[in-house]
Amino acid sequence: MIRIENLNKYYKSIHALKGVTLHVAEGELFAYLGPNGAGKTTTIRILNGLTTLSSGNAYLNGFNIETHKLQAKQQSGLVPQSANLDQELTVFENLDVHGRLFGMPAKKRVEKIHELLEYVDMADRKDSLTKHLSGGLKRRVMVARALVHSPKILFLDEPTVGLDANIRRRIWGLVKKIQQNGTTIFLTTHYIEEAEFLAQRVSFLDKGAIVAVDMPQNLMRRIGTWAIDRITDNQMETVYFKTREDANKYIGGQKESFTLRRVNLEDAFLSLTGKKVL
Amino acid sequence: MMKGWSAVYYRELLILRRKLSRLIASMSVSPLLFLIAFGYAMGKEMNIQGHTYMEFLIPGLVAMSSMTQAFAIASEINVARFYWHIFEEFQAAPISNMAYITGEVLAGMTRAMLSVVVILILGMLFGVTLSYNPLFWLAIFLNSFVFASLAVGMAMLVKSHADQAMLTSFVITPMAFLGGTFFPMDRLPDWAQNILFFIPLTHASKAIRAAAFGKQPDIFSYLLLAVMGCTFFFIALNCVNRARD
Repeated sequence: MIRIENLNKYYKSIHALKGVTLHVAEGELFAYLGPNGAGKTTTIRILNGLTTLSSGNAYLNGFNIETHKLQAKQQSGLVPQSANLDQELTVFENLDVHGRLFGMPAKKRVEKIHELLEYVDMADRKDSLTKHLSGGLKRRVMVARALVHSPKILFLDEPTVGLDANIRRRIWGLVKKIQQNGTTIFLTTHYIEEAEFLAQRVSFLDKGAIVAVDMPQNLMRRIGTWAIDRITDNQMETVYFKTREDANKYIGGQKESFTLRRVNLEDAFLSLTGKKVL
Repeated sequence: MMKGWSAVYYRELLILRRKLSRLIASMSVSPLLFLIAFGYAMGKEMNIQGHTYMEFLIPGLVAMSSMTQAFAIASEINVARFYWHIFEEFQAAPISNMAYITGEVLAGMTRAMLSVVVILILGMLFGVTLSYNPLFWLAIFLNSFVFASLAVGMAMLVKSHADQAMLTSFVITPMAFLGGTFFPMDRLPDWAQNILFFIPLTHASKAIRAAAFGKQPDIFSYLLLAVMGCTFFFIALNCVNRARD
């Protein structure tokens, strides 16, 4: 569904994307994980035609994003990181303009908008100006807007950044529901728990290069199952173990305070890149 | 190629509709002040080319206002681009650059036409009715096409809203005062006339005034405006990709 081959992007002398190669299958929920500045948004911007690639190829549902630009754009919906709703327009009008941009006939467009507003639980706010909505509601409108033309692929660029925990959980539920309806989802995030909870596969991006692509449990299994965090000389050190028994044996010989926990994606990222996902 | 232009135009119309009362009020203020300050102050005795100064002024204000309002679409685009990031919504949609530019230029021209109607109504309230024939409207149409295209092109090139404000100060404001709006060009020295000949507003003022006075306007003015409009339109078209990165 999404095929990226040796994608490179330069901003003057900065090599922002370094030969990114990826394949996301139809119906998959794929998380693109990396710290701020790793190149996540640049990748999404290229795939959606918001910026040009320097070299390489990318295909959305078989359409090359450079040679078949308009057909490729028709395949995808984008929820960008920053709220880009028309503040002077109502919720309905924002979705309506989007449907028109994608060439939807009037009857189908109106039906779909009403259906989506029910879907994201915003039907009662359809006539509200978007400038009067909270951050969470705006995000839901943006998700609905990206789905108006029934895209095969949905790009979500940091969909829960800046939202509180409750609203974040609600957005996660919505994303799961969209994927269960057959839409391929490409999600960028720097929230580890978001990728762990949502994604079937995860890629780690660091300084514009992919360092690993696998299922979350496989990435975590590479370093172990259990982790012990202990503080020595004012520094936190984490030690990984294959089994609980191994971890218990280690604890037996410790004098400092420690925390025993399960390994998470953050550990996997840390062990592969030497840095935290921030 | 052109699919989607109507969506871009429709969005601008929705915003225009929402701001209509504020916009009409702001479109009325400057012409009203000019009509009071210059029209009344100069008195009915002042005669220019066989007309009262008020009659001379109205076509000039029409030319000036259609220019400034068509050019104001640049501010709308910049607000949408730099503050609301709506430009990304257009760029992610399956529409061509041609469709995008066409929608925005038409929106600028619509604003211009609206401002002309406001001035003509104000003129009528001041007791001035001129000949509003097809050549009068054609000149306004071409003038707004020139400046809406120029505005869209510049909106694609500028890097901030402040840059746009600076361009307005250096390009539009001098033109508004020197393009034959408030006084006949033939009263200026030859060197000034030669420079002002290259300003599109000079030709728009001439054509609009001649048509409004029931005279035969110079066809060259129409041709020049059409050529300039098409040139700016294609420059704007080529600037869209530069706005993406």
